[in-house]
Amino acid sequence: MPRSPRRHFLTLSATTLGGLLVYTLDRKSARLHAQTSALKVPLRFFTEDEALAIAAAAARIFPADESGPGADEAGVVIYIDRQLASAYGRDHYRYTQPPFEPGVPEQGYQGKETPREIYRAGLKMLGPFHTLAPAEQDARLKQIDTTVFFSLLRTHTIEGMFCDPMHGGNAGMIGWQMIGFPGPRMSYFDDVDQHYGAAFRPKPESLAQMLGRPVTPGEDTET
Amino acid sequence: MKTLPPVDVAIVGGGWTGLTMAKELATRTGLKILVLERGGPHKTRDYLDNMDELDYAIRLRTMQPIRDETVTLRHSVRNRALPIRQYGSFLPGTGVGGSGEHWSGISYRYYPHDFQRVSHLVDKYGRARLPENCAVRDWPISYDDLEPYYERAERLMGISGKAGNLRGTKVEGGNIFEGRRQSEYPTPPMKMPYLAALFRDATHSLGYHPFPLPAATTSVPYTNPDGVPRAGCAYCGYCERFGCMIGAKAQPTNTLMPVLTRRNNFEMRTGAWVRRIVAEGAHVRGVRYADSRGNEVFQPADLVFLASWTLNNTRLLLLSGIGAPYDPETGKGVVGSHLTHQVSVPAATLFFDKPQNAFMGAGSAGIAIGDFDFLDHTDLDFVSGGALYTVCYGTRPIANFGVVPPSVRTRWGAEWKKAALHNYDRTGLVRFYGEHLAYRDNYMDLDPVYKDRLGDPLLRLTLDWKDNERNMVRFITNRAVQVGQVMGAVEIQPFQGLKRYQATRYQGTHIQGGTIIGAKQTDSVVNMYLQHWQAPNLFVLGASAFPQNPSSNPTLTAVALTIRAADAVIQRYLKHPGALA
Repeated sequence: MPRSPRRHFLTLSATTLGGLLVYTLDRKSARLHAQTSALKVPLRFFTEDEALAIAAAAARIFPADESGPGADEAGVVIYIDRQLASAYGRDHYRYTQPPFEPGVPEQGYQGKETPREIYRAGLKMLGPFHTLAPAEQDARLKQIDTTVFFSLLRTHTIEGMFCDPMHGGNAGMIGWQMIGFPGPRMSYFDDVDQHYGAAFRPKPESLAQMLGRPVTPGEDTET
Repeated sequence: MKTLPPVDVAIVGGGWTGLTMAKELATRTGLKILVLERGGPHKTRDYLDNMDELDYAIRLRTMQPIRDETVTLRHSVRNRALPIRQYGSFLPGTGVGGSGEHWSGISYRYYPHDFQRVSHLVDKYGRARLPENCAVRDWPISYDDLEPYYERAERLMGISGKAGNLRGTKVEGGNIFEGRRQSEYPTPPMKMPYLAALFRDATHSLGYHPFPLPAATTSVPYTNPDGVPRAGCAYCGYCERFGCMIGAKAQPTNTLMPVLTRRNNFEMRTGAWVRRIVAEGAHVRGVRYADSRGNEVFQPADLVFLASWTLNNTRLLLLSGIGAPYDPETGKGVVGSHLTHQVSVPAATLFFDKPQNAFMGAGSAGIAIGDFDFLDHTDLDFVSGGALYTVCYGTRPIANFGVVPPSVRTRWGAEWKKAALHNYDRTGLVRFYGEHLAYRDNYMDLDPVYKDRLGDPLLRLTLDWKDNERNMVRFITNRAVQVGQVMGAVEIQPFQGLKRYQATRYQGTHIQGGTIIGAKQTDSVVNMYLQHWQAPNLFVLGASAFPQNPSSNPTLTAVALTIRAADAVIQRYLKHPGALA
């Protein structure tokens, strides 16, 4: 998939949340305060319009509402953009030898299309999704929610909500905070057989915070 | 093709069985031992950086690269086999340690009846009760023959648990159904997280006999008989799909490699993809492999051990033309028969009103009951059994977010999100690991269409469940729901039933058969010492030797059998090379 000649950016705004969010920008973290108006994130795969459409669709799958923040606040589209730009987007994690033949569901997905190709086709189905009203957006998603594209987008939305923040999603660990997941920890020896039936919620820490040094995410390596 | 200087012993595969054999031979003989491992090296410290769910549990970066090689699957000879294009039902590891790096560590012994399976069933119910096409066998050895080797395997790994049958005395709190043990487990049982405690109390109140899962994630610091020290488990919740960052989970890299790397008669050669066992008549001359640059290399060896997991052991024998391939039409041939995959299902998904703190745990921190391995099948529509259990392996959010009770219908949007958030840490599974009988029409051969990256045919699985397994799962699901109710679940989603064999749902990496053990060379591939009947200087290690799939997890038995084979090689074969049985 040829890259767009012009470098695209996604502009994030900090109006929806009061707190501090940490986004990763090409391996450097950037802080976004409620007072700061905007942050420009360089895109690796999507054009700006594509990113806006995907972000809007992810935000209907996992919306911000009274139960907590959603896909926009977590940076799900940044996560997806980086995954598609990486070896994963080219189907590095799948057996892709021909012939491609239709099978039974128990044999698993047999399609020829790579995740990048599935998204390019899906973007055509979405159209100018971010310009639609929420009710129209939901109606459009209902029309396509049995497609391979939608299924992949839903999976990626969950991944982008709850991945380690080094992958570009789960900004500020807001996904982990919502569900009480503390991130990777070295030991729960003293707690594992305590707190029976009562919430035990250590403050989330990312892998880099736990180790005290940065870790290279898989999408930044070739294998 | 380059020919290298010969070695005494070449071992294909650097996992549990290959490195156990390497350790026995390297420490007890002066032979020069070479292990050929297709993947790369692993070190305990790397596993710290790997505590990332996305890269390791979702993208599966420690597994054998599926882009290079997979298997094809069809449900019967009448269907078309297609490649399993992305991992699902099983997860073979790659690199030093193999799947023994990312395993959960549940380390049962098989029950005595597992070794006399067909005699046991026929004695109890008569031959007429065996399901159609059933190919279940007796092993050529008994539980008592293997018991001393089980003890050695448990000490090697420092297995945690509680004996339930100590020299014939039943011990409450252990598994009272187990075979007679000569000794207590090397380390005490693991700590019990909340869900496991609920399961223990519920099954006990229902009259069952709960016991702590025997665990290779050792409960306390432990030094094994080889002098290898390991830390006690910290319950961080990164076991399955991960290597252990503190070395508490027994893995070949932290249990066997520390001994082997001190020996100057041992070499680990990584990046060596073995493509053929080279045989000349009844004698194996060595192995041919592609090195990491793609060069073809011939490695001569006096003795060859094939230890490359069930599917690759079978495939390499078929590719090498050693032994007659099994033909399901005629029943002739032996290589590839008796393909089984443990019947593993989430029998009941429970929804609670209280938080579970399920992020804490370990791959084998849990409780099981053996009662359903000892059913009276007289009035039942199946003849097999298995363990109902719960394990608190440490749930992580990508794989576990989104599970909602049956009353919630949507799978995206605000309503689903709200329900998924509420239930995220309020769910738990009652699981079932069941026996898979062998059948004449479940088997492996070479695929006529699909190839690996180097151009060799893929292995083709012809595999489906039968009514025996479907009926067993239906029965167990009802019992699991009952246990879930007593555990206090507010809503329960029962397992929807076993239909066709699915390549997409993870069932455990416990595929077995293909190179089975037996008493006669006409109907088995290896003898009771895992020695190939036709080529006495070739041994085939691992669960490919198991003629059917008992309910219990196979690794401990595979290691115990390997130690037994090593004793026979060292005490008898090396003095008088030739057939051991």
